[in-house]
Amino acid sequence: MRFGIVVFPGSNCDEDAFHAAKTVFGQDAEYLWHKDADLKGADVLILPGGFAHGDYLRTGAMARFSPIMASVRAFAERGGPVLGICNGFQILLESGLLPGAMLRNKGLKYRCEHVHVRVEQTDTPFTSAASVGRVLRIPIGHGEGNYFAPPDMLQAIEANRQVVLRYTDAQGRIDEASNPNGSVNAIAGLCNAARNVVGMMPHPERACEPLLGGVDGCAIFESILRGAEIPALHAVGRSV
Amino acid sequence: MIDPQVLERHGLKPDEYERIVQFMGREPNLTELGIFSVMWSEHCSYKSSRVHLKTLPTEGPQVLQGPGENAGAVDIGDGLAAVFKIESHNHPSFIEPYQGAATGVGGIIRDIFTMGARPIALLNSLRFGALDAPGTRRILEGVVAGIAGYGNSIGIPTVGGEIVFEPSYAGNPLVNVFCLGIARASDIIKGVASGVGNSVYYVGAKTGRDGIHGATMASAEFDEKSAEKRPAVQVGDPFMEKLLLEACLEVMQTDALVGIQDMGAAGLTCSTTEMGSRGGAGVEIDVALVPQRETGMTPYEIMLSESQERMLLVAKPGREAEVERIFEKWDLHAVRIGHVTSDGLLRVKERGTTVAEIPNRALTDEAPVYRRPMTEPEYLREVRTLDLDDLASPERLALLGARGFQPSDQNHALLALLASPTIGSKRWVYRQYDHMVRTNTINLPGFGAGVVRIKGTDRALAMSVDGNGRYCYLDPCRGAMLAVAEAARNVACSGARPLAATNCLNFGNPERPAIMWQFAKAVEGIGAACRALDVPITGGNVSLYNETDGNAIFPTPTIGVVGLLEHADRVVGRRFQESGDAIILLGEGRGELGGSEYLKVAHELVRGVPPALDLEAERALQALLVALAGERLMRSAHDCSDGGLAAAVAECCFDTIGIGAEVSVAAEQVARDPRVNTAAALFGESASRVVISAVPEDVTRILERAAAARVPARVVGQTGGNRLRVAAGGEMVIDLSVDEAERAWSTAIERYFVKRVA
Repeated sequence: MRFGIVVFPGSNCDEDAFHAAKTVFGQDAEYLWHKDADLKGADVLILPGGFAHGDYLRTGAMARFSPIMASVRAFAERGGPVLGICNGFQILLESGLLPGAMLRNKGLKYRCEHVHVRVEQTDTPFTSAASVGRVLRIPIGHGEGNYFAPPDMLQAIEANRQVVLRYTDAQGRIDEASNPNGSVNAIAGLCNAARNVVGMMPHPERACEPLLGGVDGCAIFESILRGAEIPALHAVGRSV
Repeated sequence: MIDPQVLERHGLKPDEYERIVQFMGREPNLTELGIFSVMWSEHCSYKSSRVHLKTLPTEGPQVLQGPGENAGAVDIGDGLAAVFKIESHNHPSFIEPYQGAATGVGGIIRDIFTMGARPIALLNSLRFGALDAPGTRRILEGVVAGIAGYGNSIGIPTVGGEIVFEPSYAGNPLVNVFCLGIARASDIIKGVASGVGNSVYYVGAKTGRDGIHGATMASAEFDEKSAEKRPAVQVGDPFMEKLLLEACLEVMQTDALVGIQDMGAAGLTCSTTEMGSRGGAGVEIDVALVPQRETGMTPYEIMLSESQERMLLVAKPGREAEVERIFEKWDLHAVRIGHVTSDGLLRVKERGTTVAEIPNRALTDEAPVYRRPMTEPEYLREVRTLDLDDLASPERLALLGARGFQPSDQNHALLALLASPTIGSKRWVYRQYDHMVRTNTINLPGFGAGVVRIKGTDRALAMSVDGNGRYCYLDPCRGAMLAVAEAARNVACSGARPLAATNCLNFGNPERPAIMWQFAKAVEGIGAACRALDVPITGGNVSLYNETDGNAIFPTPTIGVVGLLEHADRVVGRRFQESGDAIILLGEGRGELGGSEYLKVAHELVRGVPPALDLEAERALQALLVALAGERLMRSAHDCSDGGLAAAVAECCFDTIGIGAEVSVAAEQVARDPRVNTAAALFGESASRVVISAVPEDVTRILERAAAARVPARVVGQTGGNRLRVAAGGEMVIDLSVDEAERAWSTAIERYFVKRVA
């Protein structure tokens, strides 16, 4: 399986995603430079974390204009699996590939720590190897991860079962103390209506090796690999 | 034109000006004077410190690059080098905390990638005034946000550090930033300009008027007018630096460069002069070609600007297009602003007309060197006396009682120590730093030394920065030795063998003999400890004039030590792992309360002599720790420092699943009054002590190893339960739930900010 990892100027988790795909999971991996349009035959795309273009405007606001984003969009519309991690999630929101927006964390400070997220949906290419209700311990690292959607949109998202991950405590219970950034409905991860595009604030690539203190992020990568064995889950995607 | 006022504004003394005229054989023009003023500033020339720094050990088979380059480098096997350095950004951080700290991070990162190394870890050592004093929270918040803003954005993890709160830093916080990178040993690049006619390129951010005279500002004391110096603080752009970092590392892969140097303090002036000087060549540039952010900048301003995120590089002939192409890819424009000459001069032109011409030698080698007068400060006689009986006198007890402190209640004393911001958890700080990016961090901040694995090998690097201004105030030589020992010990606790060190020397005004004495003594102590522990100094930085309104900070040498762990998966952290493990104390307590956090917290005293240090015993202890970790015999290891044995054992219980401990300590007869005696046994800060835990079956082997290494070792208790119980002299003197103790510790800093976070 070939991973394509999009590199924007200012991406800084690109090497980490590459390392997870290539070294930890033994897959092909290619960097995709933001000025190119060629996806180099990737089977799955990762938009990694970082500060694309410095994020001096809104997070992800500039990155959506990079030439590669047209190819990413076309890939997603063909049903190709796309995962946005942290800044990648923010870029997917700004690009309209996922609904909603990000606000500053409720404490107004950047937070880097391990959090617990509960798997809500398993019919996405990135959670198919997990079970509903499984609690994953994965690190976050962001200053703008406070997910927001207006009430109508939020209702549609919930009705369509688009919330993939929610912040919870270690037992899988939702409470304010376990929500690190104030996200509405404790949303930590989200998919589009076609379910092939997923964004998540936690960093699964930081939790794939015992040496790093946890392996719960493996569930995300194992889902991708499992998806490769299954014919395309959804033949035709549609935008949200 | 050049009158005494002009000289004073440039921080130059009349005799220094005479020296300039002598070298030049004429009066310098204003641009030349500006160039001299920054190159001869304390910050760039080390004119007061140089004679002392020369005495430091800088060599060893592991050292690939010692002081004098942008950073030091040591051999870490597999053909790789660890490139590292620590640097201060104290003065700017006081004037503008966010940008001061942010640009400090940016500056040290540039020093590392300038050497051809990929930066992979940051540490910082911070000093602030008392946390409840006015202004401290603002400075702390700004500094932490600045470090986070820069480090997080550029994607280099901040994997550890230390923070101390002490009133002496209220008007002069310390921000010392350490960066470490990895390079192929054969690919290390130096800051040289050579090859007559070779192109000199400028790349990075445009030059503005920010930071003019930053180096001169860092070489003067503060007073009430310092806030007016805000324009001399630069503004950081981590995104620009990220582009520069990636582009420079890509260019370095091509072998198209002769040399490269970042523009830090004294900007274009320092980089052109130093590159020329190192290469035995001259550099000629035309300032009109320098990309400028503002209009109407004079040659003087362009040469002295300290705008951030700029690099100077010399390309090999015929390789220019290749270099330019790589920078274009990253949307950076490498601009040819001059060339290398053979005349050994720094020649600055403006549209072809020469506006400054100075021999490099005059700016570097011939800069003044002072052997400043020194005298032992008078305060020492007074503060070194510590009458333990006096601590238990009825008058003092009444005084403590009035503050709600019961010295006979050791539960209370321990809780007070754990809640002291200097000892308490720094989680509020480090969770604002991305400490996991690059997926190498295998010992997280707060869990001991910062440890990062080296991908593609089995190895890992451990690093720690330490210093104790209070010890150095009481005895600068011993205090500095203790700082080296503690940094190396922290590295050894993780299982890594200490390899080398970098130092950041923060002191007051060297023109005062008492300060100069502190400096000289501290350097002496560093030298002795580095020699004994075989951790040569590979570089660092000196920050003098840390004074506000005539009040100097505590003398604060900060030491960064880097060590190598042969097997990353054998890393050891501070936390107890399991109930039922044996707790062993390596080293011996001698009930030393001098300069301790206990004296400060309980008695509001900074007195006595700091703990004794036997360097041979320290060396044996560290070797033992490395051996025990290598054989997987230790499950945790934690150094006893601030707060002594009791605080150390408590910290081993924290951030676990609430594992408790029961230990008993011998209460040495150090004072006639039993209350002080117990406190000295519990909270005394005797050096060269480490609390380790091990499975019971391994205890015999550990004690045998320790005996063979001549390290005192004794089983003092075991882990288990959910309480922290400490007996001293056969009597249970501390009995607290781990929960309660951890609450005091974990909220030590956070509680000062709670209202504002809600």
